[in-house]
Amino acid sequence: MEAHRAAEQIARNSYGLLVAYLSARTRDVAAAEDALGDAFLTALKIWPEKGIPKNPEAWLLTAARHRWIDLARRHQVQEKVFDHLKLDSLQFSPEFEPDGDVFPDDRLKLLFVCAHPAIDASMHTPLMLQTVLGLNAAQVASAFLVTPSTMGQRLVRAKSKIRDAGISFELPAIHQMGDRLNAVLEAIYAAYTVGWDSIAGGDSRTKGLTEEATWLARMTVGLLPDQPEAKGLLALLLFVNPAARPGETRRDALCRFQNRTRACGRNPCSGKPRTGLSRPRWAAQSIRCWGDFNWKPPFSPSMRRVNCKTRLTGNH
Amino acid sequence: MRFAVLVYETEQDFVDREKTMPAYQAYSQALVAAGVASGGAALHPSHTATTIRLQNGQRQVQDGPFIDTKEQLGGFFLIDVPDLDAAMDWASRCPAASLCGVEVRPLLTMDK
Repeated sequence: MEAHRAAEQIARNSYGLLVAYLSARTRDVAAAEDALGDAFLTALKIWPEKGIPKNPEAWLLTAARHRWIDLARRHQVQEKVFDHLKLDSLQFSPEFEPDGDVFPDDRLKLLFVCAHPAIDASMHTPLMLQTVLGLNAAQVASAFLVTPSTMGQRLVRAKSKIRDAGISFELPAIHQMGDRLNAVLEAIYAAYTVGWDSIAGGDSRTKGLTEEATWLARMTVGLLPDQPEAKGLLALLLFVNPAARPGETRRDALCRFQNRTRACGRNPCSGKPRTGLSRPRWAAQSIRCWGDFNWKPPFSPSMRRVNCKTRLTGNH
Repeated sequence: MRFAVLVYETEQDFVDREKTMPAYQAYSQALVAAGVASGGAALHPSHTATTIRLQNGQRQVQDGPFIDTKEQLGGFFLIDVPDLDAAMDWASRCPAASLCGVEVRPLLTMDK
C-alpha cells in the first residue's frame, strides 16, 4: 500500500513534470503520456517488492524511456523517434542521478505549447488539464459538457497538431510574452470558472477543477515570478475561493476583488496609483503593469468573453 | 523545418495583381535576404485550372479548380525556419495576409 501511495503522490506532484520533460524533447505529447502511464503501472508492480527508489522521478523516466523504445519498435515508428532517443535527450544525465534532487522543469514550456495560438482556443484548457495534471478525457469532457469520446478525439487531434505542425517547445520571445502568457492565464481562469459553475447544483463529477486551476496558477507564478499578471490571476483565484465563502456568487466575489483592488491601489479613472494607501500585497511588487487579472477582472473585454462563454456553453 | 506558406486570393486579388506584385517581390527578397527562402511559385487564376480524376481507369477531366470557392490558391512560398512560430511570423508579413489570407503547413520530410 505504501508503494501505491508513493506512486500516487508522485503522479500528483510530478506527472506534469515528467510529461513536460519527455514531450519537450520529442514534441510528442501523446506518446509521452502513453509511455509514462505504462511506467506508472510498472512502478506499482515493482515498488512493493523492491522498495521505493531514492529518486522515483528518475526511475519513472527510465522506465518510460524503455517503454517508449519498446512501443517504437513494436509499431515500427519512423526512424526519427530513435534519432530523438539516441540524441541522449532521454538518457540519464548528472542532473537527475539518484542522489541529485534537481529535475529539469519544462512544465512552463508545456503550458505555452498548450495555449499556443495555432491551437484552437477552446482546446487550451482541456489540453492543460490533461497534459499537466493528468486528468483523463472523461473527466475533462464532463467539465466542458461534451461526450468523452468527442473530447478524446479533440485532444488527440490537438496533440497530433503539436507533434506535426512544428510548434516549438521554447519559451516565447519577449515581444510575444504578453499575448502568449495571457492565453495561458485565460485558460487557467476558464478551468477555474468551470469548477465554480459546478458548485451551484451542477454536475457533481466536475467539482474540484477550482483546486486544479489554483494549482496551475500557483505553478505559473512559481515558474514566472516576475510576471505581474500571473500573480494577479493567483491573487484573484485565492481571493474569490468559493470554499472560503459558500453561497457567494462568482460575480459578487469578482466585484469584491475589484473593490478591494480599487480601494487599495489605483484611481479608477486615471489608473495612477493613489498615494498614501497600501496596495494589495501581491500586486505591490508589480504595480507597473496592470492587465486584466490585476485590475479589472470581471469587466475587461477578454474576461467578459471568458465569463459569457462559460455561462452560455460551459466552454472556454 | 520546412513550411509552405499558401497564398489565398479572391477574384479581385487576382485582378489587382499588377498592383500587389511589388509587395510580393519585396516579400520574396526579404525571405532570400534572411536565408529562409527555399522555393515557391505564383499560379495563374483558377479559371485556367483543369482537374483530373481517374475513375475505373477512365480519365475524367473537369474544367476548373478542384474545389470552386471564392478564395483560391494563388501561389506558395516554401520557407525553412526553426519552428511554427517563426513560420507564422513570416506568414503574417506576406502581402496576402492583409488581403485574403495565408495558410501555413509543415512539409512532410521524406526519409532517404
